[in-house]
Amino acid sequence: MSTFLGASVGRKLVVGISGLFLVLFLVVHLVVNLTLLAGPETYNTVAHWMGTNPAVLGMRPVLVLGLLLHIAVSMYLSVSNLRARPRRYLKVDPAGGSTWASRNMFILGVCIILFLALHLSSFSIRMTFGSVDMVEISGVLMKDAYALVTTRFSLWWYVSLYSVAMVLLGLHLAHGVQSSLQTIGLNDHRWRERWASLGLAYAVVVAVGFAILPIYFFVQAQMS
Amino acid sequence: MKIKLKIWRQESAEAKGGFVSYDLEGVSKEMSFLEMLDYLNSTLIEGDEEPVAFEHDCREGICGCCSLFINGRPHGPAGETTTCELRMTQFEDGSEIVIEPWRSRVFPVIRDLIVDRSAFDKILQAGGFISANTGAAPEANSIPIAKHKADEAFDAAICVGCGACVASCPNGSAMLFVAAKVSQLALLPQGRAEAKKRVRKMVAKMDELGFGACGNIGACEAECPKGIKISHIARLNREFLRASI
Ligand code: SF4
Ligand code: FES
Repeated sequence: MSTFLGASVGRKLVVGISGLFLVLFLVVHLVVNLTLLAGPETYNTVAHWMGTNPAVLGMRPVLVLGLLLHIAVSMYLSVSNLRARPRRYLKVDPAGGSTWASRNMFILGVCIILFLALHLSSFSIRMTFGSVDMVEISGVLMKDAYALVTTRFSLWWYVSLYSVAMVLLGLHLAHGVQSSLQTIGLNDHRWRERWASLGLAYAVVVAVGFAILPIYFFVQAQMS
Repeated sequence: MKIKLKIWRQESAEAKGGFVSYDLEGVSKEMSFLEMLDYLNSTLIEGDEEPVAFEHDCREGICGCCSLFINGRPHGPAGETTTCELRMTQFEDGSEIVIEPWRSRVFPVIRDLIVDRSAFDKILQAGGFISANTGAAPEANSIPIAKHKADEAFDAAICVGCGACVASCPNGSAMLFVAAKVSQLALLPQGRAEAKKRVRKMVAKMDELGFGACGNIGACEAECPKGIKISHIARLNREFLRASI
């Protein structure tokens, strides 16, 4: 194990596997978010279930661990990569082959962390520890997550930040998904294009899927 | 034709180094890139100046010596071409050509455009071989190998060890080179016996020497003069995972 984590390839595997885990998490997150469209009752019920179900709560530490591992190990690798090329070229022509996103995963990652801090402080942390208005649905008293979310989504600066962050997340995923699959060794000359298309499709669905909600509720708030 | 050259000059490993510009007239389109440099050097020698040091040997794309970073790309603009196979037809009359040495912490400049690539040899010495008794060569057909395996092993084996992968990688990673060497042996029955030990040792040596980690960026594949594919890196990852569990 020590040789595994001591090797760049082993560390990359940690980044790839934790990345794929986060990829799965985002799907669940997106599905939950989309229930916003079904109205306050549905969304609040889902949010209440997510906040009280022991299986879901049990996954939280795993998620935090996955996220921290992904961030810590990739940061470590990025710093050692900078050391491997101390001197820049005068002229660089990244002719074909490499995408902008693939060359800037670190910066994209840092932007996503910054957004995540804002995101967690406005939703998850308030839902778990803060005081949130209560509503009663089918006889059960629960936190009004719907009101919390839609109020946030009526602030122009929040919606703009959110949308930009989703574009950056999309770029990170467009390279990240195929890169992780390559890192865990699931690639050959036939699967290459397929993984790349799959990763791109996933990135677009996630980015658009998440961004569409704040924009929808912002427009709605303006019209009412 | 007439060209403007901007070349990295550095007297020794310790010297600071910098770019020097040269206007070169009388270059013909028929010249190879290295012949153009030979011609530049002959004019420098005539003018009592130090010629530009650059590495070259076979001049037919098989030794991997000619490592020049030309106009922002290793081995120049042609694609799947070594510098020695590059022709001056690729350049316009009056154009500026910037020539730099490979940039990597592990490939220090020795002089002008020559870098020390002995790190690659060290990686090979760590495990890029099969242990076999010397003596008469065994009968070639005694171990059957599927055609597609043999072809894939050959695709990896054509790596000439030029280092363009490291030079083009924003992370300064040597993974394409190491993956080509690991793949070439991992695909063949003769290489299987030591496969686990080999991949661990070669990766450890690569890390120890200070190469960066692979970000699956793909710049190496785009610039490799031999068209080595990053699917070999996926194979290295598989081999490494298999060797670790
Ligand atoms: S993999 Fe390609 S670029 Fe790298 S050393 Fe081998 S031939 Fe050169
Ligand atoms: S001089 Fe041998 S490959 Fe170019």
